[in-house]
Amino acid sequence: MSSDDSFLNIEQVTKRFGAVVAVDRVNIAIRTGEFFSLLGPSGCGKTTLLRMLAGFETPDEGEVYIDGVPMSGVSPHVRPTNMVFQSYAIFPHLNVERNVAYGLRKEKLSKQEEAKRVDEALEMVKLGGYGKRKSNELSGGQRQRIALARALIRRPKVLLLDEPLGALDKKLRTDMQIELRQLQQSLGITFVFVTHDQEEAMTLSDRIAVMAQGKALQVASPKDIYNRPTSMTVADFIGQMNFIEASVGQVADGVAALEAKGLGRMKAHINGTAVTTGAHMIAALRPEKLSLTDSEPNGGGNVVKGRIEAAAYLGDRSHFHVRVDGLDQPLAVAAPDLPFVGDGAKQEGRPVWLTWADDSVILLDKDTR
Amino acid sequence: MSAGGYMHRPNRPLMVYAIGYLAFLYMPILLLPLFSFNDAIYIAFPLKAFTTQWYQQMFANDAMHAALMNSVQVGVSASVLATILGIFGAKAVTRFRIKGVKPVLGVVMLPLVIPPIIMGVALLILLSQMGIPLSLITVTVGHVLICVPFSIVTLMASFEGFDKSMEEAAADLGDNAWWIFWRVTFPMVFPGILASLLLCFTISFDEFIMAFFLAGTDPTLPIFIYGQLRFPQKLPGVLALGTCIVAVTFTVVFLAQWLRGRGPTAPKTEGN
Amino acid sequence: MVDATSLSEPELTESRPRGGRLATLFRRSESLRGYALLSPTLAVMALAMCAPTAMMVALSFWVQSGFDITMTFTLDNYAKVFTNPIFEALFLRTLMISGTCALATVLISYPMAYYVAFHVHRRKLAWVIMMTLPFWTSYLLRVFSWKVVLGYNGAINSGLMSLGLISEPLEFLLYSPEAVIITLAHAWAAFAILPIYVSLEKIDRSLLEAAADLGDGAVARFLRITLPLSMPGVIAALLLIFIPTFGDFVTPALVGGPDGMMLANIVQKMFGKLNDWPLGSALAISMMIIVSIMCGGLIWVTRQIKERAI
Repeated sequence: MSSDDSFLNIEQVTKRFGAVVAVDRVNIAIRTGEFFSLLGPSGCGKTTLLRMLAGFETPDEGEVYIDGVPMSGVSPHVRPTNMVFQSYAIFPHLNVERNVAYGLRKEKLSKQEEAKRVDEALEMVKLGGYGKRKSNELSGGQRQRIALARALIRRPKVLLLDEPLGALDKKLRTDMQIELRQLQQSLGITFVFVTHDQEEAMTLSDRIAVMAQGKALQVASPKDIYNRPTSMTVADFIGQMNFIEASVGQVADGVAALEAKGLGRMKAHINGTAVTTGAHMIAALRPEKLSLTDSEPNGGGNVVKGRIEAAAYLGDRSHFHVRVDGLDQPLAVAAPDLPFVGDGAKQEGRPVWLTWADDSVILLDKDTR
Repeated sequence: MSAGGYMHRPNRPLMVYAIGYLAFLYMPILLLPLFSFNDAIYIAFPLKAFTTQWYQQMFANDAMHAALMNSVQVGVSASVLATILGIFGAKAVTRFRIKGVKPVLGVVMLPLVIPPIIMGVALLILLSQMGIPLSLITVTVGHVLICVPFSIVTLMASFEGFDKSMEEAAADLGDNAWWIFWRVTFPMVFPGILASLLLCFTISFDEFIMAFFLAGTDPTLPIFIYGQLRFPQKLPGVLALGTCIVAVTFTVVFLAQWLRGRGPTAPKTEGN
Repeated sequence: MVDATSLSEPELTESRPRGGRLATLFRRSESLRGYALLSPTLAVMALAMCAPTAMMVALSFWVQSGFDITMTFTLDNYAKVFTNPIFEALFLRTLMISGTCALATVLISYPMAYYVAFHVHRRKLAWVIMMTLPFWTSYLLRVFSWKVVLGYNGAINSGLMSLGLISEPLEFLLYSPEAVIITLAHAWAAFAILPIYVSLEKIDRSLLEAAADLGDGAVARFLRITLPLSMPGVIAALLLIFIPTFGDFVTPALVGGPDGMMLANIVQKMFGKLNDWPLGSALAISMMIIVSIMCGGLIWVTRQIKERAI
């Protein structure tokens, strides 16, 4: 087993469906009381991994440990996990109360005790008094809450959530995100949350595992995932990113000198990346780390001249595509509200200057994408 | 689809054809009740007086009663057995990814594509070689054989109609396979089970060819009717009996449709 | 805690690996678990299909002598099947009757299914039930009802006579291959209607709109979109009617007369009055083989046409 405070350990887990490797040697250690997200595009294996935690799929290789207990051979119905299904799986032949109480069968509670537990669970998801409702009389948001209450009434050690907010509209989704986070904080249970929505993962999670093609590419906090992605795939999937080919010059004191295509000489903090002089790497720059002016800036630092190719005014900020000589792709730039944008004047072709700080450059290995 | 879109305006010639087609379907069958109340031994126009004597005769016929009871007995046994086998089959096929299941399923579905006379004589040969006497039990075996494919198809629709995650949710909430079946699967597929029972019963109740080869001295109702057809003086009685059968089957079919429309339906959301 | 109580239950130890390799394999292989669940049904069906068929094949190579069957291998039965002109004529007639019946039923049912699929907008289900309802009444009664319609004293003859249109009953109505075809077409209509209707109903209406948008008129749309896309239903209907009618002996016995006798009638007699089970078996197996060849051929031809079209 890996780190000491880890509670849910996924070790070398592999799952194949025929010739397709859905989950490929994944190692993740999830801590007690952590809100952990599995993030990735559809088909990346995140749902399969979650279903292996719940016991609906059996790993072909590797092992899942919960609280130190190996889970292979433990059926879903005896695992200390509970799941909120993507479709919610609300039993249509039972009312809300019976749905929520479903998992209490083995506890053999008295009627009053059971009713109390159900009420508590419904209160917890802010649906007190809905017990007698029929399951087909519920809205999407209510179904989602019932599914949550039904899973939590079992007091699981780990709650598994399979894109539970995917079916909700944007407004409801944002509200539920906040509630879900508050609920997790107050219960202190480990949540494992599957989503393809990077914003959602960033909002909710203590840590995120970014998955692609069955592999867990990076496991880190939202901040590190955003600011210190370890691969082009992760950098590209989370937010927007400009990738510029660069060759590495001198490396000293954690700073590498670069010769970047089209942008000339610049410096980058290497942040523990393995960098050797002469290597060909990728310099990555977030659009909002580039500052844009319509007059040539004074002073030194990193600066490059370009022409606006496309501009979009979004109110609080503007998005640009800036064409720079020597680069195949225009650079994406996100700038705060600028005086010359959004008043109807033609932006295309306007000459602009871009500047950026040394420490905003991220050095990445070239992905073999 | 919007009604009356320009491509699908009402088509009068086609409608006339449809009504004609329905007439072709119903006309011969509706002659049965018509002549069953006709006070003449010959089935011929013009109609004579109204009578219920054929019904009285038929209801008083002990052989008919015995045949009816035989058919009910065979129908109930065959439909229950076929439906149980159908539940296993349908659940396995819809709930598991099974390698090479298609040819295997083909074997189970084979009775759909073999003329019943061949299955009938083949079973007859086997039974006689094994020295097993023909009886209602052998008829039941034959009927189970032809009912299972229908049961599986009916139940597969039921199993596919509800989200697999319902059963997973039950497992996740602490139920083992036995409890999942009784608390979730059974109530959810219950309308399908009922439909399968009704369908299999109807098939068995009507089945003649297999029964013809496999029945011993106890006739089922179709065999009884077939025997009656040889005697012209018995034909009005057959008409009366036929009318009753038509009335009952129509009722049962309506009942089955009504049940099908009442199954619990869960809104399905797409997977990712 | 729930999990604490449930962990102490015996079920956990039950579902824990018992160490056996077989158990692990079983747990890991979804296919195996699927087959386990399928096994009761599969075992019953396989046994009830294979054992009788094997016995019948064996019997077809044996000889009937008096009331006993001699278990000596012989091809005599098949020789009789393929050389006796009576059997040849019966095979041809049966093929003709079943084939015509399947084609005719599909032809007359297609417009009906088309009407309900495309022109009925309200109470579709009621129409579907109406089309299939007669099928649910006893097969024997449906056949018998045609005897009532076509018989010497039947509805048509007596009706026409009482109207004074004819003076003598029309004898050709009953007891002819045509009577068999009409009766079978009526009896099996539902097997044509349903598959065709389902395949028509499945056609995405926007495909037809796209075809119209690309310049096709009503006829072209039907020939280029509707008909090809409904072919699976048509093929299914042809097979579903051809197979059972090929082996039917009730209809020819009731409305066929001597000229309308079919293969199954002679098979039935072999197992009855004529009491020659080995020859009956050989006939039944030959019948099975011919049905398979015909069905296989139909499927092959449609596949060829489909591939060529693509």
